Amino acid sequence: METVSSDVAIIGAGGAGLRAAIALAEADPKLRVALVSKVYPMRSHTCAAEGGAAGVIKPDDSLDHHFNDTVGGGDWLCDQDAVDYLVREAPRELIQLEHWGCPWSREPDGSVAVRPFGGMKKQRTWFAADKSGFHILHTLFQTSLKYPSIERFDEYYATELLVDDGRCQGLTAIEMRSGQMRQFRARAVIIAGGGAGRMFPFTTNGAIKTGDGMALAYRAGVPLKDMEFVQYHPTGLPSTGTLLTEACRGEGGVLLNRNGRRFLQDYGMGPETPLGKPVLKTMELGPRDRVSQAFWHEQQKGNMVPTQWGDAMLLDMRHLGEKKINERLPLVRDMSISYMSVDPVTDPVPVRPVVHYMMGGIHTDIRAATPLAGLYAAGECACVSINGANRLGSNSLTELLVFGRRAALSAAEYLASGARPGNDAALETRAQQAQGRIRELFQRTGGRESIAGLRKEMMRTLEQNAGIYRSGEGLAEASAKLAELRRRYAAIELHDKTNVYNTDLLQALELGSMLDCAEALVVSALERKESRGAHQRLDFAERDDQRYLKHSLAHYRGGDAPRVDYLDVVITKSQPGVRDYSGDHE
Amino acid sequence: MSERVVELEVLRYNPETDQEPHFQRYSVPCREEWVVLDALNYVKENLDPTLSYRWSCHMAVCGSCGMMINGEPKLACKSFVRDYQGVIRVEPLRHFPIERDLVTVIDDFVAKLARVKPYLIPKDEKSLEAGEYRQTPAQLKRYKQFTLCINCMLCYAACPEYGLIPKYLGPAAIALGHRWNQDSRDGGRDQRQEELAATEGAWECSFVGACSEVCPEHVDPAGAIQQVKIKSTVDWYQEHLMPWLNK
Repeated sequence: METVSSDVAIIGAGGAGLRAAIALAEADPKLRVALVSKVYPMRSHTCAAEGGAAGVIKPDDSLDHHFNDTVGGGDWLCDQDAVDYLVREAPRELIQLEHWGCPWSREPDGSVAVRPFGGMKKQRTWFAADKSGFHILHTLFQTSLKYPSIERFDEYYATELLVDDGRCQGLTAIEMRSGQMRQFRARAVIIAGGGAGRMFPFTTNGAIKTGDGMALAYRAGVPLKDMEFVQYHPTGLPSTGTLLTEACRGEGGVLLNRNGRRFLQDYGMGPETPLGKPVLKTMELGPRDRVSQAFWHEQQKGNMVPTQWGDAMLLDMRHLGEKKINERLPLVRDMSISYMSVDPVTDPVPVRPVVHYMMGGIHTDIRAATPLAGLYAAGECACVSINGANRLGSNSLTELLVFGRRAALSAAEYLASGARPGNDAALETRAQQAQGRIRELFQRTGGRESIAGLRKEMMRTLEQNAGIYRSGEGLAEASAKLAELRRRYAAIELHDKTNVYNTDLLQALELGSMLDCAEALVVSALERKESRGAHQRLDFAERDDQRYLKHSLAHYRGGDAPRVDYLDVVITKSQPGVRDYSGDHE
Repeated sequence: MSERVVELEVLRYNPETDQEPHFQRYSVPCREEWVVLDALNYVKENLDPTLSYRWSCHMAVCGSCGMMINGEPKLACKSFVRDYQGVIRVEPLRHFPIERDLVTVIDDFVAKLARVKPYLIPKDEKSLEAGEYRQTPAQLKRYKQFTLCINCMLCYAACPEYGLIPKYLGPAAIALGHRWNQDSRDGGRDQRQEELAATEGAWECSFVGACSEVCPEHVDPAGAIQQVKIKSTVDWYQEHLMPWLNK
């Protein structure tokens, strides 16, 4: 097996992976960085983020405001030392991107413009029209081309971490083009593999978001933290799940039920604000969990608009006018017309909540370090946690910058501390074993399952039982079903046994990742007998700070269901309180 | 919900088992709102798990699913089945070697992107503590359009010059270099000119304009290339006829 040696290997070349790679190159040009990604960097899902990135820059704002919005928005499940670090580093990171040429939208005087976003008390979301993630990703990718120390391995699918002597020392990956396995030896590894929204059938996430990075760490013994917290974005197109950014509401769009009522006022987010004059942190600028939950209740009452793709609410932007829509929301208009045949300039757009983001992920500390020596994680695949039980829109792009860089600096410090040389023979054996497992999958015969069939069953199970509202009964059923699916998955046979760009193999491995993540999600959700943020239990409707002001940690146990234990939330200055999104306060 | 059975004719090629590429036909029950990518996904999930193609975002921003659809370079996620009558023929992007089925080898394109130095070479160095560079909306507008390229390579598949002369830098890479040259914060034009204004750069273009026609993001690479030519002509005159203007 061919071996690639480097100082740091990064898995994933989206926003977090690229930011980490650049930080390493800048910290020490002599460090050899292997950037391993299952897709070309510009295909990474960061490109689909629309609204923007939060960072305090305007004089009427403060770090405390950003801190408080984030902690309250996360229903006090955020680690406050991590949030403190995020808000402090955010402006610097966003200015750094500006210095690298990111085409941020501007004020007339040439300063960077900011826009309102859900759950944020002040305007602090930096944006590049409604393609903010796209521009961040391309700016980072293009900037990364400056650094000769970054070597890219595009379209390599990582299969396992190489762990020996209690330390992560590399990974194995399949080169898609040849089907050949390679081992990447590295003194430290950073996982930046993105989220896992594809576990659900209706999601804004691209096909590549299959939880591979999470599964790599999980199987290597690193717990997955707070996996029960899945964000539904309120406004996806019912036909495809395509995201219409929260900036639609930030710019003044409103949500209507079938009677034309701005129904959020009936769910603790009123009183109604004047049309076209959005007020921060209330009504349509409430947080995503509350808005999606309000949709669910209205749907139970029969107040939603039936469409051929299920019930929808209406996102009305007509009053913004064509000029503003074209200037601020060009992608939204284009996609509404393309995929729904509705022009937001002339008609309200039907939308419904759609799986968007995993608050949970690989357990890391504030330094982006996992409990496994030599292993770091950042971006959506990681859980630091700055998002707690509900992420505020525009915090995740900031997070992948701040903690992508942090992971790189921590890895560099770890290298400087003089990690012992690895045991070549032991690592070689582990790499051979990893190759053996792929070979066994190739050679397996007699399988009667289809990969697509199992995937559909998994998706249906999660949609039915792990959606916006959950119950103990449904989660127990889902847990049993996932155990069954994992057993059946262990016996699948590939249809395609050739080597070159084998997407049957790729999808089989991705399904394995998703099943592991899904089980961690469902079991963690079953164990959390309270309602907090995006995790709402019909059978435990209240937040229970006595028992659950804690992070859940799901530990992998092979063929058995994960073991869940808990870790205290770090609270520094904000005691749990009431999340108030009524316009009446203050 | 209306459904229509569509005949998809897909180019198949597996270098391990096939001597030559060939077409394979699939009957796909398509819903009214489906794009060609949905039809391919139907094939992959229900009819033939061995079919390989790239895709991810399904919203025309990741640039993965460029392919030839009835002979035209298109994003499969933005080509509606309802816009085609009869058989829909799907092939890998023209002018790129086939890796497998609809998957092409794109090394050449990716290398060309890097050659134009697509990053800010600051006109004036500024520390992070000093805050952002000022850039007015008008200055932003001068290059914004050229930032919208999703690297889908439809323009390379459409470009007759690239088909004839593979060394040609090509539309997206030239437009990208031009994007950085036009940025008010950038001072790196001299460093990029060597690639952009070379014979195999902008001057290779015979201004067919097909690149701009097929661009799904309206980047207008043809316009960028013409601007590069004009600027490089001005450079030439300054250098040769008005040397006193040189720095």
